[in-house]
Amino acid sequence: MIKKEMIAMLLAGGQGSRLGVLTSKVAKPAVAFGGKYRIIDFPLSNCINSGVDTVGVLTQYQPLRLNTHIGIGIPWDLDRNVGGVTILPPYEKSASSEWYTGTANAIYQNLDYIDTYNPDYVLILSGDHIYKMDYQLMLDFHKENKADVTIATMPVPIEEASRFGIVVTDEDHQIQQFEEKPEHPSSNLASMGIYIFSWPVLKEALIRLSCQPNCDFGKHVIPYCHENGKRLFAYEYNGYWKDVGTLSSYWEANMELIDIIPEFNLYEEFWKIYTNSSNLPPQYISEDAVIDKCIIGNGAEIYGELCSSVLGGGVTVGKGSIVRDSILMRDVVIGENCVINKAIIAEGTVIGDHVTIGVGDEIPNKQKPNIYSGGLATIGERSQIPSGVTIGKNTAISGQTTLEDYDNGLIESGETLIKVGERV
Amino acid sequence: MRAVGIILAGGNNRKMKELTARRAVAAMPIAGSYRAIDFALSNMTNSRIQKVAVLTQYNARSLHEHLNSSKWWDFGRKQGGMYVFTPTITAENDCWYRGTADAIYQNLDFLKKCHEPYVIITSGDAVYKMDYNKVLEYHIAKKADITVVCKELGEGEDATRFGTVRMDESARILEFEEKPMVAKSNVVSAGIYVLRRRQLIDMVEHCAEEERHDFVTDILIRYKNLKKIYGYKLNHYWSNISTVDAYYKTNMDFLKPEVRKYFFKELPTICSKVSDLPPAKYNPGAVVKNSLIGSGSIINGTVENSVVFKKVFIGSNCVIKNSIILNDVYLGDNTYIENCIVESHDTLRANTRHVGENGIKVVVERNERYSL
Repeated sequence: MIKKEMIAMLLAGGQGSRLGVLTSKVAKPAVAFGGKYRIIDFPLSNCINSGVDTVGVLTQYQPLRLNTHIGIGIPWDLDRNVGGVTILPPYEKSASSEWYTGTANAIYQNLDYIDTYNPDYVLILSGDHIYKMDYQLMLDFHKENKADVTIATMPVPIEEASRFGIVVTDEDHQIQQFEEKPEHPSSNLASMGIYIFSWPVLKEALIRLSCQPNCDFGKHVIPYCHENGKRLFAYEYNGYWKDVGTLSSYWEANMELIDIIPEFNLYEEFWKIYTNSSNLPPQYISEDAVIDKCIIGNGAEIYGELCSSVLGGGVTVGKGSIVRDSILMRDVVIGENCVINKAIIAEGTVIGDHVTIGVGDEIPNKQKPNIYSGGLATIGERSQIPSGVTIGKNTAISGQTTLEDYDNGLIESGETLIKVGERV
Repeated sequence: MRAVGIILAGGNNRKMKELTARRAVAAMPIAGSYRAIDFALSNMTNSRIQKVAVLTQYNARSLHEHLNSSKWWDFGRKQGGMYVFTPTITAENDCWYRGTADAIYQNLDFLKKCHEPYVIITSGDAVYKMDYNKVLEYHIAKKADITVVCKELGEGEDATRFGTVRMDESARILEFEEKPMVAKSNVVSAGIYVLRRRQLIDMVEHCAEEERHDFVTDILIRYKNLKKIYGYKLNHYWSNISTVDAYYKTNMDFLKPEVRKYFFKELPTICSKVSDLPPAKYNPGAVVKNSLIGSGSIINGTVENSVVFKKVFIGSNCVIKNSIILNDVYLGDNTYIENCIVESHDTLRANTRHVGENGIKVVVERNERYSL
């Protein structure tokens, strides 16, 4: 019988609605990050670097980009005869077919997949964090403590603690208390949403909780295990870990990569991050280009001026254009003589000439002030911005816009322009 | 596709000087991201040829490392795929490949087992894009015995390092001179041949009986009047890299927008082995003008009119002009490089100065490298 000591289940089905137009057509784990990567590359690379060669990727929301990106797992060396990467979408059953209604429910619906590999331990990961972590060390910790459940945790500032699941441990790291998003947190040790379960314990809990609506790890499975006297331990992680769930944190995490020696260093030989890079050619920097503090992906052609920006592969920046503090994802085309400040421009967007983005006053976004904030101008994938327009701060634009969509060639700060037929 | 491919990648060329001291010509890095053989292999896969034999011999290790998996060129197939053949000792034979025809002869079993009616032979040291189906159609339409792909060299290009060709109006080859002292024609053979598989087997066997080993002198030139040998003119970019100057020029050609557009943007694209490197990084102090930069490079200094390959570190206040910096080079602070090719894996200490005075200088300098 096939036997794998530990297999990983990667939750990649969430929309990540706080990323606004960036996730209108792709699931959050498939959003581009750091020039050439996608967010899911980080947990997948961690898996293979930790020696976990069997990964089930649970998809649900807009899976096309994710499916094409992962393929049969060649970039991560996860194309294996036994194991490797398997995409697990929700499927029809003879009775009670349903979508994945919660994180734990998604795992429950794939009990058979896990059982095929007959594992001792199951690693639960989410596809929306940027970090490098050796899961093998966490497994060693799990085994040493004869734990049933190990939760990866890290200290966070106490004022932010109420955004996370918070654990209270004794001196042996055993968890005494678990609070999901508490109002008054009693500790600052936050759960990173990474769990190792001993498979029999998880299986029993999932079957027991199978009738629980929207069954979730943080809300139901962990409390259930805790209440039933299972041994829960907190594995403390102290490296770089970044949740990129909001546009501001996504932007910040990208900008941190361009520091001279970034805290999260992609250039280390040890612990490489792998990705499906279709773009091979080198980048061309022209006679007139000026580049200061940037990272740039393969195949880009730069004729303008760049400052503190992160550029994906195949990006073109035209002559006379100035791009500052921005993220341009792959295949974005910027025309000539544009000025772009603090913008996130998603894949394949084409911007005309003489376009100005990210100017004006800090007016909160009128439709979704919680999403489009921080002075960022966000443009969804495959959008079209006509020549000569001006776009303010805290704005969101998506779709094939034409000059008629702009009031006197202007989108004021705080406005949203989503073309008909486009979803937010 | 009705043809099987053969890539001749075993040769050395003394005109490459130190650059081929440790690698085959076909493994030479090209244009920041590729190796020379990627062009032939990509052309094969883009022409939907399903079975390719790569014949290697000279300094084959780095080439074999590059060819470690056939999946990068989409040759990881159950039917056919990519085969790498080096000389082996057998009951009948204990020689190296003594020439191109001998290399094919020593792998005749492979050719005999194939069922494809035609063979496309190409070299691994040329940079070009080509749909071999077009040549094959031409070959069939002309009822040719052998079709030789030819390139008309531009003004001032040296034809004497190639085989020169003279054709009549119907494009039949009348004269073929290998590496002539004085070139009578500026049309040269590109080293790409199409012929029937049975025909090739017969010719190569006949050659071997007579102890002849070279495809050009012993087959093309000897059979010139006996067989119908036609030329097919290649009108797109084609460049052979097998001298230091030609190698330098070919890389510099990629600084021209039309060449980049042709190879990088227009389909089909060139495939290569993926190296899992992060994006290139430009730190404060970086000044880059008219240059190609490979992925994983970190730039702190000035780069002008140069091609920088992958994973290169350029220290502060460095000045790189009109040069090629190959893979994984570390340049210490204040280094000055002009008109040079810096060999891969080199480590140059701070304050080093290299200038190619009369032509291009090849820099090989392997100091101790201390990295974080």
